[in-house]
Amino acid sequence: MDLLREYLPILMFLGIAVAISGIMILASYVVAPQRPDPEKDSAYECGFEAFDDARTRFDVRYYLVAILFIIFDLEVAFLFPWAVAFKDVGIYGFWSMMLFLGVLTIGFVYEWKKGALEWE
Amino acid sequence: MIIAGLAFYLFAIIAVAAAVMVITARNPVHSVLWLILVFFNAAGLFLLLQAEFLAMTLVVVYVGAVAVLFLFVVMMLDLNTQVLREGLAEYVPLGAVIGLILLVEIATVGGSWLLSPEMEQVRGAVARTDITNTQALGNLIYTDYVYLFQAAGLVLLVAMIGSIMLTHRVRPGVKKQKVAEQLARGRTVEVKKVPTRGGI
Repeated sequence: MDLLREYLPILMFLGIAVAISGIMILASYVVAPQRPDPEKDSAYECGFEAFDDARTRFDVRYYLVAILFIIFDLEVAFLFPWAVAFKDVGIYGFWSMMLFLGVLTIGFVYEWKKGALEWE
Repeated sequence: MIIAGLAFYLFAIIAVAAAVMVITARNPVHSVLWLILVFFNAAGLFLLLQAEFLAMTLVVVYVGAVAVLFLFVVMMLDLNTQVLREGLAEYVPLGAVIGLILLVEIATVGGSWLLSPEMEQVRGAVARTDITNTQALGNLIYTDYVYLFQAAGLVLLVAMIGSIMLTHRVRPGVKKQKVAEQLARGRTVEVKKVPTRGGI
């Protein structure tokens, strides 16, 4: 239960953050005068009228970047316990991580050479 | 500890409510945002179970990366939920059956954990308190479970190469600066006097 006691301040911060943001939203409804007008919602000065749905198909390259990011994100996630337990896993654990990193470096070299990291 | 109990109910109720919003929200982008709230609350539940590493990984990997992928998929598929909702009545029985199967599976796992005599030892095991959760994981992953760890690396490699093979293509006619080629030109660099209005 010591561990939970360490996280208690974070829970308090969470509660304070939720309370303050809730008060801000509520106060803007209660305090501010509410006089809705269609002109207030219309495009202002050099703004465009909305001419299309935002949800159109877009380039698959964004998705490729996101996938490559998630792979290296996971690689880093594996590094954390390794770093914490570094003294206990010994030389065997060290080389097992080096092999893991080597395998992923092969993929990294592949994507670099393929030009997947370049935007064009 | 009463605060832990209160926190559990807070996280659990918000997680279930947000999960209901995921499937009922009209806008699929809003569904993904509710899903992010579910991830956060699940991370809170993991923290209450003292699984710190799992909680932080859930936030870093799922909220930071998987939610982005979900958003991209939602944007790419150009979903129209009004059309999708038309067949709702037909799919309710199938969905109910799948939900029931999942429920039975979870109940089987939980039941065998509680009732089977082989689990007696596991249930009675006391977690070590002298090392942290992350260190306990680190002690096991890289030595005892080294094959599974390397298999995870290979899965990531396959994912990397597969996604590049499927989505990457070189676009013809793209004008861009190639610094290495420019620097490697050497003596072939020349300055031309171009006649006015003549072009090359």
